[in-house]
Amino acid sequence: MSELRFEGVSVRYGGHRHGLTAVDTVDLTVPEGRVVGLVGESGSGKSTLARAAVGLIPLTGGRILLGGQSVRRRRSRPPLQMVFQDPSSSLDPRMTIGDSIAEAVPRGRPGRRAEVIRLLELVGLSGDRARLYPAQLSGGQCQRVALARALAGDPRVIIADEITSALDVSIQGAVLNLVRDVQRELGLSVLFISHDLAVVRYVSDFIAVMYLGRIVEYGPADQVLARPRHPYTRELLAAVSEPVDPGDLDPALRAVADTEPADPHHPPPGCRYHPRCPMGPAVLDDRDICREHEPVPQGHPHLAACHFAAER
Amino acid sequence: MPSPGKSKWAGVLRTPVGVSAATLLAAVLLLAVVAPLLWSDEAAAVDTGQILRGPSAEHWMGTDGLGRDVFHRVLVATGLSVGLALLATAIGVLTGLLLGAAPILLGARAGRVVSAMVNIAVAFPGLLLALFFAVVFGVGASGAVLAIGFALAPAFARLTQTLVAKVSGLDYVAAARIAGLGRVRLLARHVLPNVAEPLVVNATVAAGSALLAFAGLSFLGLGVQAPAYDWGRLLADGLAGLYIHPAAALAPGTAVVVAGLAFNLFGEAIAKGVGLRSAPVVFRRRDRDEPVAPAPAGEDRRSVLAVENLRVTFPGGTAPVRGVSFALRRGESVGIVGESGSGKTLTALAVAQLIEEPGEVTADRLEFRGQPLHELPDRTRQQLLGTSFAMVFQDPMTSFNPTQRIGRQLAEVSEQHHGLGRRQALDRAIDRLQAVRVPAAARRAKQFPHEFSGGMRQRAMIGMGMMGSPALIVADEPTTALDVTVQRQVLRLLQSVRAADDVAILLISHDITVVRRFCERVLVMYAGRIVEDLPAADLPARARHPYTRALLAAVPDMSTELERPLAVIPGRPVDPARVPVGCAFAARCPFADEQCRGADPPLVADREGRRVACWHADVTGGRPMMAEEVRVGE
Repeated sequence: MSELRFEGVSVRYGGHRHGLTAVDTVDLTVPEGRVVGLVGESGSGKSTLARAAVGLIPLTGGRILLGGQSVRRRRSRPPLQMVFQDPSSSLDPRMTIGDSIAEAVPRGRPGRRAEVIRLLELVGLSGDRARLYPAQLSGGQCQRVALARALAGDPRVIIADEITSALDVSIQGAVLNLVRDVQRELGLSVLFISHDLAVVRYVSDFIAVMYLGRIVEYGPADQVLARPRHPYTRELLAAVSEPVDPGDLDPALRAVADTEPADPHHPPPGCRYHPRCPMGPAVLDDRDICREHEPVPQGHPHLAACHFAAER
Repeated sequence: MPSPGKSKWAGVLRTPVGVSAATLLAAVLLLAVVAPLLWSDEAAAVDTGQILRGPSAEHWMGTDGLGRDVFHRVLVATGLSVGLALLATAIGVLTGLLLGAAPILLGARAGRVVSAMVNIAVAFPGLLLALFFAVVFGVGASGAVLAIGFALAPAFARLTQTLVAKVSGLDYVAAARIAGLGRVRLLARHVLPNVAEPLVVNATVAAGSALLAFAGLSFLGLGVQAPAYDWGRLLADGLAGLYIHPAAALAPGTAVVVAGLAFNLFGEAIAKGVGLRSAPVVFRRRDRDEPVAPAPAGEDRRSVLAVENLRVTFPGGTAPVRGVSFALRRGESVGIVGESGSGKTLTALAVAQLIEEPGEVTADRLEFRGQPLHELPDRTRQQLLGTSFAMVFQDPMTSFNPTQRIGRQLAEVSEQHHGLGRRQALDRAIDRLQAVRVPAAARRAKQFPHEFSGGMRQRAMIGMGMMGSPALIVADEPTTALDVTVQRQVLRLLQSVRAADDVAILLISHDITVVRRFCERVLVMYAGRIVEDLPAADLPARARHPYTRALLAAVPDMSTELERPLAVIPGRPVDPARVPVGCAFAARCPFADEQCRGADPPLVADREGRRVACWHADVTGGRPMMAEEVRVGE
C-alpha cells in the first residue's frame, strides 16, 4: 500500500499575532500508483504542503499517512522522496553526481556502485557520467540526476515540486516524459506540484486546486478540466486557454477581474475566494452566504468547495 | 576529474600580492619550526661581559640585560609567537564552528538559544573579552591562548551561523535530510565544504590578529612568562632601554609587523582570488560576414519602429544579437519568443537605447516614429523616448525606487518631459493609475512600491509608461513572475491600452503559448537571429522553421495529445560566445545536412510577408513535427 493521505493537515508559520496559516486543514489523497497534480498561485501553500509531507516543516495540526501509517513514526529513511524546483541548488556542487546518488542509497546494501549506474541509466544518462560534477551538466541533466537520487531510496511516493519551471522550454518536455515513464514503470504514487496547468494536465490522473491554503477543487483530471466546478478553477483554465483580448466585460465583472489577490496574512472571511469571484457577492446580490460561511467541499469523486458549485 | 575548486586556489598564487604574501608566510612558518631547533643555544647563551650592547658585527641587534644575543632571541621567539597564535586561532575557529553550527547539530530550539548567546557575545569588543578571559584563566601562556581563542570565537560563530543558514536553506541540504542523513554527516558532507572558503580566509586574517593580540598580552605581562619568551615579552624587555639601545625593541617589533602582515596579506589575497566566482569568458573572434536580412516590405506612415540589421556586440567579438530586422506599425502587437541566450532581451534593450558600455549597438537603420535614433542629439532622443516610448520589465520591484511613493515616481516623468507643475503632474499620475485600473488610485499613489502586489506594481509600471502618450510599449517578460490569473489581468490591460490608444506593443517572452495568445505576429529568435516571422494565427500548423515547430511540440498546452511523449529538442541552446559556423540550430535539427552546417541561411520573405531562415523550410514546411523525428536524450 502506498497511498499518501493528508488528513486535516495545517501548517502555521510565525507567532500567534503575526503568523500565517500557509496550509489550512487540508484533506488530500494521492491514490496508489497515481499522479495527483496540485495547482495554485504562489503563496497558496502548495510547496509548504510538499515540504510538510517529507518532514522538512513541522505540522501544526492533522496527520499525514502513508499506506495507513503515519509518516512521522518511520525512522530515518522515509519512503517519500522529493524532487526540487531548481536543479542547480538541489545538487551539492562539491560532490560528483555519483556520490550524490550513492548517498541516498540505503546503507549496507551491497553493490552501491552498480546501483548508482543502474539509477543513472534509469533516468536516461549513461553510467560513466557518475564522476562528473553538477556544473558540468545542463539543467535538464541535473534534474535527471535529482530524480535518480530520489529513486535511490526505493521510495513509494515521489513529491515533485515545480520540477520544470527552472528549465529552458526546449528541455522541459524531456523531463516530463521521463517523469511519466518512470512513474509508470515503477508504479509510483506522485504528488506533482506546478503553477502551469498545461504541464499538470499532461502528467496527472487527478487534479487538486489550491487557493489560500485550502483545496478548493479535487477530482479526476479529465473531469476537472472539462467540467470545472469551482469558479477559481474556471478562472485558471480561462487564463491559459483563451486568447487575450480586452473584452467587453460589464463593470462589476471587470472590477472583480482586477481585484488583487488576497493577503494570506488576512484571509477574507467566509469563502476565501469571494472578493475575486465572478459569481460571488461582488457581482450578484443574493450571495451573502459566501461572505459569511465557508463552503464545505462536496461531491464525489469530484469535490468542489463552493456554495454554488452546481451553477455556472 | 579535479574538483572545480582547485584551480581557484592556484589562481590565488598567480597574482603578485598572492605570490609575495604566500612566500612571506611560508618563510615565517619555516622560521617558526626551524629557528628553535637551530639557535636555541645561541639565544640562551649568557655573556655577562656584553650587557646591553648596541648592534655590532658579532651581535647584529645588540644584546639584552643578561648579554644574550637579541637577534637570535627574536628568531627563536618566532616559534612560540607563531605557534601560540595558531593555537589560539584554532581554538577560536573550532569553538566558533561548533557554536555557529548549533542550529544544525542541536535542532532549531536549542540552536536559537545558542545563537542568542553568540549575538550577545559579539556585542563585546574582542580586546575586552581577551582581557576578561586572561584574568579568568590566570596569567601565563596557556591562559593567554585560551583567552585569545575564546575572544575570537564569537565573531567566528556569527560568521559560521550566517553562512550555514544560507547553505542549509538550499535544496540539496533538504534533499540530504529527506534521504535520512544524520546531523553530523549533513554538516560534514554538505554544509561545511560549501562554507569553507570564507571561513579559511577569515581564519587566516584572524591568525594575524591573534599574533598581534598575543604580543600585546605578553607585552602587558599577562602572556608568556620568563624564562620563556615571545616577541611581546622581548618587546617589553627592550622597551625599557629604548633611548639607549633602540635595536632591542625594534627587532621584535619588526618581527611582529612582518609576521602579522604575512597572515593578513595572504588572507586578503585568497579572499580576492576566491571572490572571483566566474571564470573570465573566453571570447572568440569571428571574421566572417553574416547574411544580412532584407528589410520587410510594406512600410508606411504608421510605422512606429523600423529596425534593420541590428547588432549588439561586446568586446572580444561576441555578438549576442546578430543582424535583426523587423518593423512595428501603430497599434500592432508583435511578440519575440526565444530561450535564454537567444538575444531577445538585448534586442529590446537595444531598441530602448539601454545597452550600456562596453556593449555596442550598430544598425543599418534604427528609426522610432521616423526619426533615426542613432543620429539624434542626446537631448532630442531622450525627449522623444521619454514622451512616446515605454518599457515594462520582468521585475518592477527593481525598476521602482523603493524609497519613493508610487505617485511621486509617476509624476516625475511628467515634470521632466511635459513641463507639468508638481500638483498637475501628481493629478495626472492618479489619473493614469486609474486608467490602468489600480483600485483606489488616489490612496495608492501615496503608497510605496513594497505595498503593491506584483500585479499591481506591473500595472503601475504600465501607468508610468502612459504618463506621456506612448506610441510603443516594450514589455520584457512582463508576466513571468506573476501567477496565471494575474498574468491574464496584466496582458488584458496591455491589450486594452493598445486598443484604446493605438499603441504598438513589443512583447518579449520565453513562453510561446503566451505570445501566441496575445500577439498578432510572432518573431522567433534563436542564437541572436530571427529565424522565423509569422502571423500568430499561423501557429502551430503553418510554422516552417524546425525550431519553431520543435518548440511548439515540446511545450505542452491545453490541447496536447496526452498519450504521446512530448517532443524533445536534443542538445542545449547556443552559447553566445560560441556561435557555430552555419545555421546555429543545425546541431539540434533533425533535418540538418552539409549545407546547414556550412552556411547560415538568410531570412527570406514569402509572398505573404512571412519570413523564415532555413534551407529546408520548403521541404519540411506544412508537415507537423513528429515526436519521433526529434531524437530523445540531451
